[in-house]
Amino acid sequence: MSLLRKSAAELAAMLAAGETTSVELTQACLDRIAAVDGAVHAFLHVDAEGALAQAAASDARRAAGTPASELDGVPIAVKDVLATQGLPTTCGSKILEGWIPPYDATVVARLRAAGLPILGKTNMDEFAMGSSTEHSAYGPTHNPWDLDRIPGGSGGGSAAAVAAFEAPLAIGTDTGGSIRQPGAVTGTVGLKPTYGGISRYGLVAMANSLDQVGPVTRTVLDSALLHEVIGGHDPLDSTSIDQPLPALVAAAREGASGDLSGLRVGVIAELRGEGYQAGVQQRFDEAVALLVGAGAEVVEVSCPSFAHALAAYYLIMPSEASSNLARFDAMRYGLRVVPDVAKNGGSPSAEDVMRATRDAGFGDEVKRRIILGTYALSSGYYDAYYGQAQKVRTLISQDFAAAFELADVLVSPTAPTTAFRIGEKLDDPLAMYLNDVATIPANLAGIPGLSVPAGLAPEDGLPVGFQVLAPALADDRLYRVGAALEALLEKQWGGALLDQAPALEGAVR
Amino acid sequence: MTTLLSYDDAIAAFDPAMGLEVHVELNTATKMFCGCPTEFGAEPNTQTCPTCLGLPGSLPVVNRKAVESAIRIGLALNCGVAAWCRFARKNYFYPDMPKNFQTSQYDEPIAFNGYLDVQLEGGEVFRVEIERAHMEEDTGKSTHVGGATGRIHGASHSLLDYNRAGIPLIEIVTKPIVGAGARAPEVAKAYVAELRELIKALGVSEARMEMGQMRCDVNLSLRPHGREKFGTRSETKNVNSLRSVERAARYEIQRHAAVLTSGGTIVQETRHFHEEDGSTAAGRIKEEAEDYRYFPEPDLVPVAPSREWVEELRAGLPELPSVQRKRIQADWGLSDHEMQSVLNAGAIELILATIAEGADAASARKWWMGELARRSNEDGIELAALPITPAQVARVAALVAEGSLNDKLARQVIEGVLDGDGDPDTVVEKRGLKVVSDEGALGSAVDEAIAANAAIADKVRGGNLAAAGALIGAVMKTTRGQADAKRVRELILERLAAQG
Repeated sequence: MSLLRKSAAELAAMLAAGETTSVELTQACLDRIAAVDGAVHAFLHVDAEGALAQAAASDARRAAGTPASELDGVPIAVKDVLATQGLPTTCGSKILEGWIPPYDATVVARLRAAGLPILGKTNMDEFAMGSSTEHSAYGPTHNPWDLDRIPGGSGGGSAAAVAAFEAPLAIGTDTGGSIRQPGAVTGTVGLKPTYGGISRYGLVAMANSLDQVGPVTRTVLDSALLHEVIGGHDPLDSTSIDQPLPALVAAAREGASGDLSGLRVGVIAELRGEGYQAGVQQRFDEAVALLVGAGAEVVEVSCPSFAHALAAYYLIMPSEASSNLARFDAMRYGLRVVPDVAKNGGSPSAEDVMRATRDAGFGDEVKRRIILGTYALSSGYYDAYYGQAQKVRTLISQDFAAAFELADVLVSPTAPTTAFRIGEKLDDPLAMYLNDVATIPANLAGIPGLSVPAGLAPEDGLPVGFQVLAPALADDRLYRVGAALEALLEKQWGGALLDQAPALEGAVR
Repeated sequence: MTTLLSYDDAIAAFDPAMGLEVHVELNTATKMFCGCPTEFGAEPNTQTCPTCLGLPGSLPVVNRKAVESAIRIGLALNCGVAAWCRFARKNYFYPDMPKNFQTSQYDEPIAFNGYLDVQLEGGEVFRVEIERAHMEEDTGKSTHVGGATGRIHGASHSLLDYNRAGIPLIEIVTKPIVGAGARAPEVAKAYVAELRELIKALGVSEARMEMGQMRCDVNLSLRPHGREKFGTRSETKNVNSLRSVERAARYEIQRHAAVLTSGGTIVQETRHFHEEDGSTAAGRIKEEAEDYRYFPEPDLVPVAPSREWVEELRAGLPELPSVQRKRIQADWGLSDHEMQSVLNAGAIELILATIAEGADAASARKWWMGELARRSNEDGIELAALPITPAQVARVAALVAEGSLNDKLARQVIEGVLDGDGDPDTVVEKRGLKVVSDEGALGSAVDEAIAANAAIADKVRGGNLAAAGALIGAVMKTTRGQADAKRVRELILERLAAQG
């Protein structure tokens, strides 16, 4: 257990010093998965054999004095929305059940090249559509803090795997908050980079103009370490930024000193108050006070266009998704349902097969968004919906630009509430969508955002997330501020927040 | 049975308006959005990757060479070139389209507002206005198995080949072509022909219509003379030869006219062209305007060619076909009429290539415009599609020039090449087609002919040189045509001591 509780940075140091081996570490993770994942259900697929083989190869490199990277040998879990050569990739959907990609996503290829054994693929809302992981076709993931509650979504599997000490590191993706909101409700660290900062090649798209891959970790420094492994320009992604990453690990180390003198922090007026749980607001305010104590200057900023962010998001995202998901038609891969011929009195046409497959293969939330998007893009409605939403997007970017004139970073609660109960919001999609109100603006504007644990809400004892936003390309500021806040809070808590989480061993749901 | 109005009656009553959409497959080494090779004829599904198969997670990256070709086509068509433009997704379901959307361009084409002047028979120049030229990717290819016609109807199953999926296409769309009247079909053909020459001169595609490298859709409508509003159009798809373009336009004019004059209405629909009889038949009826739900492709950054690059490409444009034709006509000393026949036959490139292989201009032109043009007419295929290369024609010309072949034998050699018997030299060898140049053998043949036709020989001796023709004929007969007629005549006159 002690090995499992260490951060990736600590594990990397132990591997470098020969105090443990990747095989030992990977086996420990696999044992932990075997022990607790029946209750948590963070994983859709565990590749014990592959992970151990990669771990052995890593140990051989370490022994030969030629580690592939600082994180060589530290195991990782990957959200099931990234293509992994030879490993199933379902996106949490029945329509891709059994599909084994013939290629690796760029992020996965970089993990392999850096020597991180891949433990398996983590659960998610189907095609990343959701904020609770309840929309997975393979059943929900449970929050390690309270197994009756959601772990956030869509990347609830990655966040829960890390929070439950099944993996020291995980990869998530964030279209409207799918890394940050699960981070908030599981007491973990989640970062969405600047749009274009990490390659999307091999990420099965929900909304291409919003999607980004990012690290899911237990510490801010781990996030920076992983970000430097997977980030940077990729010629296979035309929207990838062709310039070097800022010095992220250095920023995290600098921030950990706890000195934020001269930093201007903007509190976003629109992301507080009504709709925000009292304990969430309280922990947020305390965290802001800690930043002030560390030398930061706090100002209030206003982003009036955020009022329209959710509406714009729910036009742009389904529009892009409706087109992206058209390819799942049973012609080349994935599920194939051939409808009953007798009913037709003839052999089924390609269209019949497509219709039957999509009907059987997609869940309700996916169908809902395909219908919304198809409608929004339709001739005669395009200008009023998709076109108008793009204008809102521009306004939101302008709000951010104005706010960043006044502040170096902006802050808000990551999610308005702590983890809700499984099933609580399933019948009310709009309530579910509201959970992303604070995270969505960053996706619409393409700027980076980080969620760090801010403590437990007094009323329910569940984790609260603190969101930090920075201008595009300034991801390093997130690490500086995030590491400082983490250090100050852990001093108060006397250790990591996750030390207060239930042990889970022997847990049953 | 479709009723047609006579062409003259149709034109007397209506004014045709056409819109031509031409797809050109670029000859880039790799596909539009991935690094897969584009060579024609590979085993099905061997030139594919996650991107052109549209596998989940794959992403496109724009082929810079294709953008360059698109800009050069735009410039050659006198178009403006966008300083900034985007790709768009055209959404519709079809099994040969891997993503069920085609990455194309919509309201922001790379090139727009141009024109192409085409020359008609008789020398008139007609200006065809160009609406736009845009970039897009080709689809895969469906083969429907088991049906009678190769169409999907009645087929037992379909095979999909994605080698073609993602091949770069440029779609060139005209503005409505009006005012051509009775000559509309001729304008359509001349436009596609001129465009094809232009594309070939630019070197961006071989533009071989029979191989689908250039495909034409003919949109046509009729309106009564004097009316401004266009009538309902039909869209005849994939008309794949110059002759077919003309025939399809002509057929549709006659068909529309018959419908309209009998009080019917034209259905907006897609039609297929039938090469065999030049007719068109209804395909898919567009019950409602198809809604492709275009939106900007979020996976690609905008294409923003710098002005310097565009000007560099403009400066590097080759001599354009219309200019080249004027120069060639002067160089070869052809009359307008002769030049027109060469153009109509689509022979310029072939003649130039034959000259490049060493033939002189006159004989190159003679073979392509004579024997080969005749064969192309007879077989109903385009000159360029005949199974003979300019190099082979040049070789035939060389054999004639050196006296190894006479014209009659040369025609037989060409026939042999067309029949697949091999190169000219092989055909000469196989078929024993060589001028008898052995003076001894020729001499005895001449002597025999004189002996056998004493009366005629006397006439020649008496000064009637025209009578020698019969003797020459006799010699040619015994040598089975393989003698040099000029030499035979010389020998006869020598022997009969007549003064020629």
